[in-house]
Amino acid sequence: MELMKIERNKRVRKLALWTWNWMATMAIATFGPKFIWDDHEFLSIFSLLVNFTTGIIMILANRNLFNHFDELERKVHLEAMALTLGLSVVVGLSFSLLDQQNYIPFEAEISYLVMFMGITYLIASVVNSNRFK
Amino acid sequence: MKNRIRELRVERNMTQEDLAEIIGVSRQTINAIEKEKFDPSLPTAFKMARLFEKTIEEIFSFD
Repeated sequence: MELMKIERNKRVRKLALWTWNWMATMAIATFGPKFIWDDHEFLSIFSLLVNFTTGIIMILANRNLFNHFDELERKVHLEAMALTLGLSVVVGLSFSLLDQQNYIPFEAEISYLVMFMGITYLIASVVNSNRFK
Repeated sequence: MKNRIRELRVERNMTQEDLAEIIGVSRQTINAIEKEKFDPSLPTAFKMARLFEKTIEEIFSFD
């Protein structure tokens, strides 16, 4: 069990590191063209490529952690992911329609959907884990 | 699905942690199986049957 915990912690740390890297490269790709390299085309495209590659590595690190889960943990997280995916499509499209028909006083930015997905997944995971306690 | 995991584990003076380590799952999973909130996979059921020297039918019953 101790070995399992060590391996789990190793994979969690790896995912945390790549998530941080992805966020950092996202910030650089977002603010770099305006505040660092003054819209230099090559640097802008390069920063996007670095951000995209880092995102792929983060996904692989997440899969690596998921593959270390046991059967109950997989069930908990798969159900949370299914709920998050379904709600994101339904709520996301409804939100977009609200924006198109001018029922909300602001733009339906993709960042709202990302925040919604994160919060939904977090709540669904916690609620699901408690179901099996 | 009903099971006799807790009874068989206690008979052998094992903790949930011990059983989890032998079977290769987390202690929370063993707890959920004992409380009949979660049905184990077939490989886990076979590992338990082999460990307790019983058949799967002697441990698990479908109610």
